[in-house]
Amino acid sequence: MSETNDTKPNATELDAEHWLQAYEQMAKIRAFEEAANELYTSARMPGIAHLYIGEEAIAVGICEALRQDDYITSTHRGHGHCLAKGAALDKMFAELLGKEAGYCRGKGGSMHIADQETGNLGANGIVGGSAGIATGAGMSVKLRGTDQVAVCFFGDGALGQGLLYESMNMAQLWKLPVIYVCENNQYGEYTHNSKTAAGSMVGRAAGFGVHAQAIDGQDIRTVHATARLVIDRARNGGGPAFLVCNTYRFHGHHVGDIDRPYRTREEEAEWAKRDPLKLLEDWLVKSKQAESDVFERIQQDVKSDVENAVNYALEASFPSESEVDRHVYA
Amino acid sequence: MSTLENGVIRSPAVHAPGERQITFGQAILEAINEEMARDESVFIIGEDVAEAGSVFKVLVGLLDQFGPERVIDSPISEAGIAGIGVGAAITGMRPIVDIMFGDFTTLVMDQLVNQAAKTHYMSGGKLKVPMVLRTTLGASRRSAAQHSQSLHALFSHIPGLKVAMPATPYDAKGLMKSAIRDDNPVVIFEDKMLYQERGPVPEREYTLPLGQADVKRAGDDLTIVATSSMVYVALEAADNLASIGISAEVIDPRTTNPLDTEALVNSAKKTSRALIIDEGYQQYGVTGEFASVIADGAFYYLDAPVKRIGAMNVPVPFSPVMEDLTIPTAEYVVETAKALCG
Ligand SMILES: Cc1ncc(C[n+]2csc(CCOP(=O)(O)OP(=O)(O)O)c2C)c(N)n1
Ligand SMILES: [Mg+2]
Repeated sequence: MSETNDTKPNATELDAEHWLQAYEQMAKIRAFEEAANELYTSARMPGIAHLYIGEEAIAVGICEALRQDDYITSTHRGHGHCLAKGAALDKMFAELLGKEAGYCRGKGGSMHIADQETGNLGANGIVGGSAGIATGAGMSVKLRGTDQVAVCFFGDGALGQGLLYESMNMAQLWKLPVIYVCENNQYGEYTHNSKTAAGSMVGRAAGFGVHAQAIDGQDIRTVHATARLVIDRARNGGGPAFLVCNTYRFHGHHVGDIDRPYRTREEEAEWAKRDPLKLLEDWLVKSKQAESDVFERIQQDVKSDVENAVNYALEASFPSESEVDRHVYA
Repeated sequence: MSTLENGVIRSPAVHAPGERQITFGQAILEAINEEMARDESVFIIGEDVAEAGSVFKVLVGLLDQFGPERVIDSPISEAGIAGIGVGAAITGMRPIVDIMFGDFTTLVMDQLVNQAAKTHYMSGGKLKVPMVLRTTLGASRRSAAQHSQSLHALFSHIPGLKVAMPATPYDAKGLMKSAIRDDNPVVIFEDKMLYQERGPVPEREYTLPLGQADVKRAGDDLTIVATSSMVYVALEAADNLASIGISAEVIDPRTTNPLDTEALVNSAKKTSRALIIDEGYQQYGVTGEFASVIADGAFYYLDAPVKRIGAMNVPVPFSPVMEDLTIPTAEYVVETAKALCG
């Protein structure tokens, strides 16, 4: 247990090819979110969406350390988690547009994407609402005797919810394989967490004896190296861990939050310097593991994949009326 | 007789011609503003209520007026702020606890249902809990199953709680002021879709009693009881019914607990037919209670069984094509009313 980053990123843990894959995943999430924003501003997407742009290194760094049969639970800002865990672009967009071909047949929308094939137990519209679910998945792993791990993603705002603390206490008591990942993007909606979170964030988990650390959430190498350690540990019966990943959402709270009066443009510019995609690119180029033109190519590729997926979703059909009262009960 | 003109309800009985028009949101803000100025024990606590003026922008300016001691941004801790509300209320304050979406009231259930609602009774009348919990209801914003529910029936079920659900700016202001002054916990549900609706609100000071229904439109052939968002659906249906010769009376109970049973029963006695509309799930909804009150009280006067229309008994789906099917519409009300009167 420690307040600081006691896990030194080990650059050699992945080879260049794997880092480029991770870059592609991050670029895909970014392109997805930019397209979602565009669908909103052009009034082609019903409702709103919460964009993950700026935080990509966390979802990708962690999910790259997971197996397909491991579990995640996600949040209202969940597109990045879903994609990083393996969701397909076309079914994601179809869900955002309320189409039958979407992951939830149009019933869930942006905030409720679930995909059991990739271990995604569902995004959640209730802040902190999945802390119990992820912990229950950990309990189930233990009872079924498998070696899966469950990752619970949540924002710094969820630190206000009592359920999180009840869950972490039980996870530690019973050594459940659950990783609690706090994406500390500094704000809950329009309020900075200095006004809502007293004391130490990691100290909250450390108080239960849960392995807890704060790390740089913009640097995918740090996130990934830390994730591998705590995930391996959990898989081998070492119990839960709590990671505070310091990060920043580059856009507003949701697509309609354009003016962002609650924070300064200077602060945004500071964080923009720590763009997770740029940081990885710079390191790969500087350490001569990749040529700079590779990144341009990847960007082009993911953009065209995203474009195709958007077109697929736009053309897909809406559910029929008879769908409305299906699935109320199993 | 009230009429619906461009979505604005005008009731000559209470409103002078040429009266000031403000929005539903402004009416709520005015009520809170006036009560905070009048009584220093009133304060408001909730997520993003202060600096941001609430996510629905209803409370903009309140922080500047009363300062951060009385307009408090809280962590995302619904159970905690409700508990703080109960404790502060018992010890002399009049808190307004703001729960952004009605869906999140499930997180405050213990504090409200087991604590606030029962404290006065359990203490043999010694302790009082004069708190207001203000929250929202209503679908059709494409916000899916966890941000669209109308959960007022859950609270209407509980002895010790009062529940208000205003439909017009006038009612919103008057009921909010009464709720704040009431010595009991009052849950007030505001329809998110109504915040921009305008209506006449007098500049003079007034309050509205909790437990007094309002005739939103007078009629002879059929009683339509409607709450909150559904008052507008009922008025639109009544307009359409008038064009085919059916005169519908629209009654808005305004509070579900206490319920103005007399107003409901008397109207049904007069018209001999009753139809009830509400945006909560139909099963075990407030519509059932209203129907039972009317069936009991007006049994010998009724020409047909009491009908009710609630939201479809499904979680609110995201896709617009499905969501729109789940909420009562004026067309459906007209069809049902025609069958009732046929
Ligand atoms: C229990 C609950 N309370 C309030 C909300 C409204 N809400 C939606 S997102 C949000 C802020 C969440 O902040 P954080 O957990 O830090 O996540 P971020 O949006 O920053 O990713 C709030 C208050 C909610 N969805 N659920
Ligand atoms: Mg946050």
